[in-house]
Amino acid sequence: MPTEFKINARPVTVDVPDDTPLLWVIRDDLGYTGTKFGCGIGLCGACTVHVNGRATRSCITPVKDVANSVVTTIEGLAEKGHPLLETWVEAQTPQCGYCQPGQIMQAAAMLRDFPAPTDEQINQVMSGNLCRCMAYVRIREAIRMAARRMQAGSARPQEADHA
Amino acid sequence: MLKYLTGKNSAGADELASPGRRGFIVGMAGAALTLAFARSPLSLANPDKAVAEGAFDPTVWYWIEPDGRVVVNIAKAEMGQHIGTALARIVADELEADWDQVELRYVDSDPKWGYMVTGGSWSVWQSFDQLSRAGAAGRSVLIEAGAKELGVKPEQCRARAGRVIAGNRSISYADLVRGGGISRSFTDEELKQMPIKPPSERRIIGGQTRALDIPGKVDGSTLYGLDARVDGMVYGRPIMPPTRYGSAVSSIDDSAAREIPGYRQTITLEDPSGTVPGWAMVIADSFHAANQAVERVAVKWSPGKTTGVHEQAVLDHGRKLIDAADQGVLVRDAGEVDQAFSDAAEILESEYITHGVLHFQLEPVNALALEKDGRWEIHTGNQWQSLIIPVLAKALQVPEDRIVMRTYLLGGGFGRRLNGDYAVPAALAAKAVGRPVKMVLTREDDALFDSIRSPSVQKIRMAFDGDGKITAMEHHATAGWPTQVMAPGFMADGINGKYDPFSIQGALHWYTMDGHRVRAISNDLANDTFRPGWLRSVGSGWVNWALESAMDEAAHKAGEDPIEFRLRRLKAQGINAGSAPNSVGGASRQANVLRRVRELSGWGGELPADTALGVATSYGQERNMPTWTACVARVRVDRDSGRPTVEKLFVVTDAGTIVHPDGARAQVEGAALWGLSMALHEGTTLRNGNVVDTNLNTYTPLRMRDVPDIDMEFVDSTETAVGLGEPATTVVGPAIANAIFAAVGVRMREIPIRPEAIRAELQRNQKA
Repeated sequence: MPTEFKINARPVTVDVPDDTPLLWVIRDDLGYTGTKFGCGIGLCGACTVHVNGRATRSCITPVKDVANSVVTTIEGLAEKGHPLLETWVEAQTPQCGYCQPGQIMQAAAMLRDFPAPTDEQINQVMSGNLCRCMAYVRIREAIRMAARRMQAGSARPQEADHA
Repeated sequence: MLKYLTGKNSAGADELASPGRRGFIVGMAGAALTLAFARSPLSLANPDKAVAEGAFDPTVWYWIEPDGRVVVNIAKAEMGQHIGTALARIVADELEADWDQVELRYVDSDPKWGYMVTGGSWSVWQSFDQLSRAGAAGRSVLIEAGAKELGVKPEQCRARAGRVIAGNRSISYADLVRGGGISRSFTDEELKQMPIKPPSERRIIGGQTRALDIPGKVDGSTLYGLDARVDGMVYGRPIMPPTRYGSAVSSIDDSAAREIPGYRQTITLEDPSGTVPGWAMVIADSFHAANQAVERVAVKWSPGKTTGVHEQAVLDHGRKLIDAADQGVLVRDAGEVDQAFSDAAEILESEYITHGVLHFQLEPVNALALEKDGRWEIHTGNQWQSLIIPVLAKALQVPEDRIVMRTYLLGGGFGRRLNGDYAVPAALAAKAVGRPVKMVLTREDDALFDSIRSPSVQKIRMAFDGDGKITAMEHHATAGWPTQVMAPGFMADGINGKYDPFSIQGALHWYTMDGHRVRAISNDLANDTFRPGWLRSVGSGWVNWALESAMDEAAHKAGEDPIEFRLRRLKAQGINAGSAPNSVGGASRQANVLRRVRELSGWGGELPADTALGVATSYGQERNMPTWTACVARVRVDRDSGRPTVEKLFVVTDAGTIVHPDGARAQVEGAALWGLSMALHEGTTLRNGNVVDTNLNTYTPLRMRDVPDIDMEFVDSTETAVGLGEPATTVVGPAIANAIFAAVGVRMREIPIRPEAIRAELQRNQKA
């Protein structure tokens, strides 16, 4: 049965089996390949997207669960602009880069919940995202930089992905 | 064996991907490089067209567009080390290019790139001279052309930031290229004679910059192998056989899968190369359908003979091999070792164990294969194209020159993609179904198919005389040997046979010892059970774990400070004096990083209870390419749980010339944390011929919450640039174990180090 939702501000209708993981719909049917496949069980975070603004593991989310929802991928976040994308470059964070879209999506959601996160909060939230290159020091630094910038009001998250 | 690895241009070889290019690289066939010229711009993605329409193409390594952009061909795998940026900066420095106009182009496999391999922390070291001279060649031609335009002699000109300058007049490279008429060819000999600048004249190497591969990795636009797609492709997912080798499919029943929308068929792969024996492959229109089908297709096998092999059997076999004096290959046998042991006042003997490690590169292995006009294209990320293309040729039964590997960025390499075995089943499936197949392994498939870091057993013995002096050391190491299994041509000559150099590096240390015996032993049961892999630092990862633990044990036995104890043996004499160009200074440079890390870490200061510093040092990867590395770990141990907490790591590295300083830091950060992760957080075991841990529910690499502060330093140097991707991996594990001993007095000789093991030892000590 076709499923309708919005992705990166575009309304889409996909006609795939209801239980197809959102990840593969995003990547293979809709062509947003920035969202990655890592573990398939929701434990690495490479597939993280926003569903109605919440960080969501798309590899374990059946597409039927996002019917009439608003999905944002890294491409959508980049299009709208977000301080994290700048600080991620400034801190020269990625190594292989494969997990980074998921890290950024997770971090963007975290900064909504904790606009001025402590290191402890960063560690706890971001420990759900594996970086196999172990670029953790710079992931942490890029988040701190973005939070400071957003707190100072010099940058605001532009994302508008509420249903 | 490095002679195989230097990038020799294959003269006259067919250029698969770019027949149109041949006319412009006329010099190639005569073992020369041509400086060709023409005009008209074109996109980065289409170099053939660019050259055909006439960019300045001084060597195969780069060309200059008429708009001044310098496009550097990168024949190394980009897997997180920002290697493209480092290599391009080497070219740009000698070319005196404007860095803002430099772009990267990651190239497909082609004989013209020479031997294609990315590993061993070799890339910068291997390419530095060649790319420097290529850059210098272009500069010399541009200066000549510029001088002519400016009406002066070349000696009156200099080049800076993409311009040729004479007095107060200058002309840009872009204008020179647009003007046309530049053509010049250099023989290989001329290129070798091409003078390069002294280090004091370097303007780009060693300077801060941002890596060119990073922006696309932040906005999601970078393409990895998993992102490859072509029209008409179907998906493939394997059904893994019960053993890595020797399994054969006896029946397939897919009746329960036929209702799945998008399911097509399940095939048995016929593999003349023997790479994937016993593989069945589900073919479907979507990966989801393939996944569902894998659950429902019933495959029966006659399994290989390793179904009953457990971890303990591999370790016990290793012990047996070590005990048998006639096994293995002597790599070094210096001095009167036997005499020293029979005369010894005391002997220190320890056994060290490491368990299997998964690569767990975050992008599970995958490949898209297709045949087009009698040529095979393999779309995937890979580290060693020159190793797998001959295997693919055998598997597909086509000549090697009918196969091209399209290049993608790698979602992690760490050595997993040195072994390109995953390309084979994709190609076989595409051949069998007659259409493009994109094969994707799930994480569990990937783990089962991984070429793990082999479990290892090592025994180190040290003989002491009556004065407490070490008179001899024996180091016996056994593990599965990746090089023996996958690339026997790279085995090295030992005293009495060939051995896998990558599985014993580290043991040929720079400590001065009168007697020194090193024996490397291939664990054949390991080799038969799984395909051992090269994993970040390979043998240096387990060999230095044992060596630097043993050195620490010896220091404590001798009642000496562990750093002083090492320094007294790093004498830069005899075979440890070092030699040009790669190891100038020898052991004195290792002593230097050790002294620096002593200062940096505040060694010897007061620390809270159950907290201590531990040290380890190594020469990185290879004696002929030493990266002098020293680490101090500050570790606190919770006596109740046994849990060790790494509070801080101090790392000092002397890698000679540092081309891309921020990239170098990133490599050392990553390598050090890999060392920590393998020491405390990872590790798997074999059960029934397979690894027990196949996903993150039980396999637990380091996460952010366990990342300590890292304080690092590089020695300022203009010596030969060596490797950075692996060396820090080799020192962190033993530094942690040595710190645990210093903190609470228990000696851990097995990694991963588990809290239960520390706790058990603490309790044993308490009772004693």
